[in-house]
Amino acid sequence: MKRIVILGAGTAGTIMANRLRRLYRRDVRAGRIIITVVDQDDRHVYQPGLLFVPFGTYRSGDILKPRQKSLPRDVWYVRAAIERVAPEENTVYLADGTTLDYDVLIVATGSRIVPQETEGLTGPGWRDKVFDFYTPEGSAALAEKLASWPGGRLVVNIVEMPIKCPVAPLEFAFLADAFFTAKGIRDKVEVVYVTPLDGAFTKPVASQALTHLLAEKRIRLVTEFSAGRVDGVAGELVSWDERVEPFDLLVTVPLHMGAEFVSRSPGLGDDMGFVLTDPQKLQAKVKPNIFALGDATNVPASKAGSVAHFQAEILTENVEAYLAGRPLPAAFDGHSNCFIETGHGRALLIDFNYDVEPLPGKFPFAFGPLSLLKESRLNHLGKLAFRWVYWHLLLPGRELIGIPTRMSMAGKVPTEPQMRHVPIKEMQP
Amino acid sequence: VTTMLLANKDLEVDAEGFLKDAAQWDESVAEAIAREAGIAALTERHWLVVKFMRERFLSTGTAPSIRTLGKESGVPIKELYQLFPKGPAKLAAKIGGIPKPKGCI
Repeated sequence: MKRIVILGAGTAGTIMANRLRRLYRRDVRAGRIIITVVDQDDRHVYQPGLLFVPFGTYRSGDILKPRQKSLPRDVWYVRAAIERVAPEENTVYLADGTTLDYDVLIVATGSRIVPQETEGLTGPGWRDKVFDFYTPEGSAALAEKLASWPGGRLVVNIVEMPIKCPVAPLEFAFLADAFFTAKGIRDKVEVVYVTPLDGAFTKPVASQALTHLLAEKRIRLVTEFSAGRVDGVAGELVSWDERVEPFDLLVTVPLHMGAEFVSRSPGLGDDMGFVLTDPQKLQAKVKPNIFALGDATNVPASKAGSVAHFQAEILTENVEAYLAGRPLPAAFDGHSNCFIETGHGRALLIDFNYDVEPLPGKFPFAFGPLSLLKESRLNHLGKLAFRWVYWHLLLPGRELIGIPTRMSMAGKVPTEPQMRHVPIKEMQP
Repeated sequence: VTTMLLANKDLEVDAEGFLKDAAQWDESVAEAIAREAGIAALTERHWLVVKFMRERFLSTGTAPSIRTLGKESGVPIKELYQLFPKGPAKLAAKIGGIPKPKGCI
């Protein structure tokens, strides 16, 4: 009998539970393989939907479901907080004092926002004129605020990278522009996008296209700004080098860290609580029978649902090989695929991996090609349709028609001069 | 592989000028990289950070984040930004001869 324990029942953990249960259907029924999933609550958030809540497109009830609804019935579900993992003992210690032994452990506990790490951020003004939209509570509170906000200086800020869905704050700025335009108060609102990066985005070609879009939508871009503290009373966002951005409304994307138990588990994570993970094999550095995927890892890929989906296919093959005593066959290439909402019913699409940055061109797709790095109505419809796809195809771990696990160059147009990306091998110590 | 002549040594570097081999580093290399980056002279406070960064990387395999530097290096974050303008963790890693810290994706 082999025991597979999956920590976390979010996007990555749920897909893994469904894929492994399908792979080992007979063994699970016969009790030869036991799959256990652990999560501290029973609330699965459709995280791509959080972006739409502040603007009233979705209500928070539209993006929540009980976790167990998306898990197979013959998988054990343990609702408990995790105290720590003891890699030497092959044991997970739960906060209620019980333990779980495993043959294979899969860490899929994602990342969380930690606004308390920035001085003053959760002080006076929090959820009055300072809001996050990365939690159901934050996005709902912001929806209420925006419904009656008369206008002023809106600052959208990323505190520090990495963050979940690195394009979401840009999308927020684009949608805010469209929202205030529709309300007829766009001329009363100054939208300012304040980022620690040296451009609108991390990758050069996409950054150029997105910088252009910001300018087109009259959104001011402030770069290389590392947020040091927030004064919610005076309405000031201050950088470590003492630059000041005044605000009437601050929408923050706070510092992200991995789950707390990671830091309590010897050798498992880095100092931000992200699991030290081999970027191709998705095996934890600490021990061969521990694997990790999704937002929980430190691999240099986007923290995004599409990445968790592609990784899950790779990891299923590797877990199967590991349990059979074979060398791990599959390697993840860093593939990421994201729609970027730009407002007014349009969206962009970007598709990239560890070595190839997002490029313009066409993305071959079942219902006709989608435009890469260019606004279109079809991309927007794709993004809205994704909520159905998420619950009914993605979480069950089904193939997504027309979206390959490994990135393809088909339809992409390399731009000149092609800015070289540092290959993954060089980023690893 | 790109090589760069600094402090009278042929150094292997990546596209952004980070050393590929931490063993090629010595204090004269650190001073040369710092000058290239616009820091005229490394003070005692610079050295405190650079050496902390390098030792932590060599013993754990990963470079500390800006927050860890602020809490454990003996130099608070605000001063880190004065010593190493714009990106302290990145610049201190470069001067310390270790790979670029991950995080910016």
